[in-house]
Amino acid sequence: MIVDSAAAFDVRDYLRQEMMPHFLCPGCGHGIALRALLWAIHEQGIDKDTLAVVSGIGCAGRLSAYIDANTFHVTHGRPLAYATGLALARPDLHVVVITGDGDCLAIGGNHLIHACRRNLKLTCLMLNNEVYGMTGGQVSPTTSESRLTSTTPHGNAEPRFDACALAAAAGASFVGREGTRHVPKLKELIRSGLVHPGFAFVEVLSDCTEIFGRKNELGSSPEMMLRQKSELRPSAYRDTVDTPFRSNDLPTGILTKTERPEYGAAYRKAAAAQRASMAKASAAKSAAAPAKGTP
Amino acid sequence: MNAVDTALAPKPAVRLISGNHACALGALAAGCRFFAGYPITPSSEIAERLSRLLPEVDGVFVQMEDEIASIAAVIGASMGGVKALTATSGPGFSLKQENIGYAAGAEIPCVIVNVMRGGPSTGMPTRPAQGDIMQARWGSHGDYPIVVLAPASVREIYDETMRAFDLAETCRTPVVLLYDQVIAQLAETVELGDTSDLARTERKWASGPRAAYQPYAADEDGIPAMSRPGAGYRVHTTGLNHAENGFPTQNPEAVARNLGRLLTKLDRHRDAIDSWQTINCDDAEVLIVAIGISARAATRALDIARARGVRAGLFRPITLWPFPETALREVAARARAVLVPEMNAGQLSLEVERILGGKRVEGMHRFNGEPITPAEIAARAESLAKAALAKETR
Repeated sequence: MIVDSAAAFDVRDYLRQEMMPHFLCPGCGHGIALRALLWAIHEQGIDKDTLAVVSGIGCAGRLSAYIDANTFHVTHGRPLAYATGLALARPDLHVVVITGDGDCLAIGGNHLIHACRRNLKLTCLMLNNEVYGMTGGQVSPTTSESRLTSTTPHGNAEPRFDACALAAAAGASFVGREGTRHVPKLKELIRSGLVHPGFAFVEVLSDCTEIFGRKNELGSSPEMMLRQKSELRPSAYRDTVDTPFRSNDLPTGILTKTERPEYGAAYRKAAAAQRASMAKASAAKSAAAPAKGTP
Repeated sequence: MNAVDTALAPKPAVRLISGNHACALGALAAGCRFFAGYPITPSSEIAERLSRLLPEVDGVFVQMEDEIASIAAVIGASMGGVKALTATSGPGFSLKQENIGYAAGAEIPCVIVNVMRGGPSTGMPTRPAQGDIMQARWGSHGDYPIVVLAPASVREIYDETMRAFDLAETCRTPVVLLYDQVIAQLAETVELGDTSDLARTERKWASGPRAAYQPYAADEDGIPAMSRPGAGYRVHTTGLNHAENGFPTQNPEAVARNLGRLLTKLDRHRDAIDSWQTINCDDAEVLIVAIGISARAATRALDIARARGVRAGLFRPITLWPFPETALREVAARARAVLVPEMNAGQLSLEVERILGGKRVEGMHRFNGEPITPAEIAARAESLAKAALAKETR
């Protein structure tokens, strides 16, 4: 079922109304990220019937249930692995993965780096809220230094992962980052990821106001969104040291974009070549051997 | 014959192949078109064979980054409507358990081969064992149904692999093929017929209007019709406890109703699921219960024992779980003693004890990597028969 992409975007065309009200906390950035994804899907004219959304466990993982598409809420850390099987078996589907920072970088870290390397066509949206929100606010691989969480009562002493740098180093052919404070830019970034012929990794900075924000006294949702401005830095600014951007902190926009063979297409091409050479060998064999019973 | 058929119609008809090779061929014959795996001894030959054979039939082979990714990719492919297989051994089987539970709970058909090797932990990778009998049934958390098949020969691996796919599809459940390293790497001559016109079982697909479709509302047979992505149903699949509409619920009535249906659904299909073999059981005073290589040894032991005047019989469950307990009870009723030779510290014997409640069940356990021999089983059967007779005549 295709919603006319020329028509104005109405998020309700893509949401399961029967699932409302949603379970996200007031001020949570995940709803904004979901809206940006659905907006990008709308503008791209992706058919809801052939859209498959695979999500893991956590606050981000619960988003798939709200999308009016083929949705799969799988086990913790594994959505990329499930999506790999689904996309390889059904190349006609458009497969999108929604995951969180813990789901994607901690328990599912191995699947991320290999998905980056394999370059199967998938769009992976990692919602980074710096915390395990669903389980009560424990430290995650992307929690900033010195932040308070329910398992770092004296402040986080571990350095955080730069997920985009990790994905790029693992060979991802498309890597991008944006915050929820720039919805049209986020939508455009996701749209670029959706059309990318290969694995696209998109990190979305999304605020956890209720648990992470409250614990670290980061203020209300608008205040946390303003704070994104000091943490994020458009990649166009490069190394310019400039206020209000923190020097060389998390760059935004498309950070990596390279062309290399998409895994599914490459596999199918090699398989077709194998079948063709077998058919040729079989035909040559039957031409050489006279048919039984002929005089 | 066109090229696409070569993988499906083995030539020549009589072939010398290993158990793992037979598994790969059986999977193709059953319509399997997706395999995801991770290298592990002694099951890797299944992956190696299928990496060559699946492209021939327009199927997909993928070697994943780990054991967990392999089962996840298999379930993902099956969610897409494609019959899918993974193969592993003990350590990998343990890693797959959480996702096997997902497949059981979300009712996604799939087949998992576990070639048993020595354990615990890394154990003895190239040595046989039968230590995963309980893991195969109870390895994932919570209550869930599962089917486990335990073939004992190369030919039977071929047949049971096909049956595993049929049961997975008809019952919407994961099915485990459980056999030991000896059966896996043993080469035997088998005659494989032309399977190109074999009737293949397909899962029940949703039909009718979307508005009336409830993804987990079951028919009389306890099995809900599945919707194929792309067919317009746009349903939600989750590992959370769900209601008939597929969405998560914590409503006690809805959970009890849906989980209750899940846990009893296999009961309605026991005629198709249950399978066992009996040899010389009609007059048996000593009943041997065994699977896999231990059952092969026991088969030979029957002749040795009978030559010494001990009437021994064999009950061999081919479907291990759910255990064919009614059949075992009937056969065991006539026996004086029951002997369970198995390559572990006592697993099958526990289930046999439970089923035969009160009857003396003698375990014969070995876990040093060496199969139990026919002579050893025969000698034990003889001493059991004598002891039973002495007790009765005292």
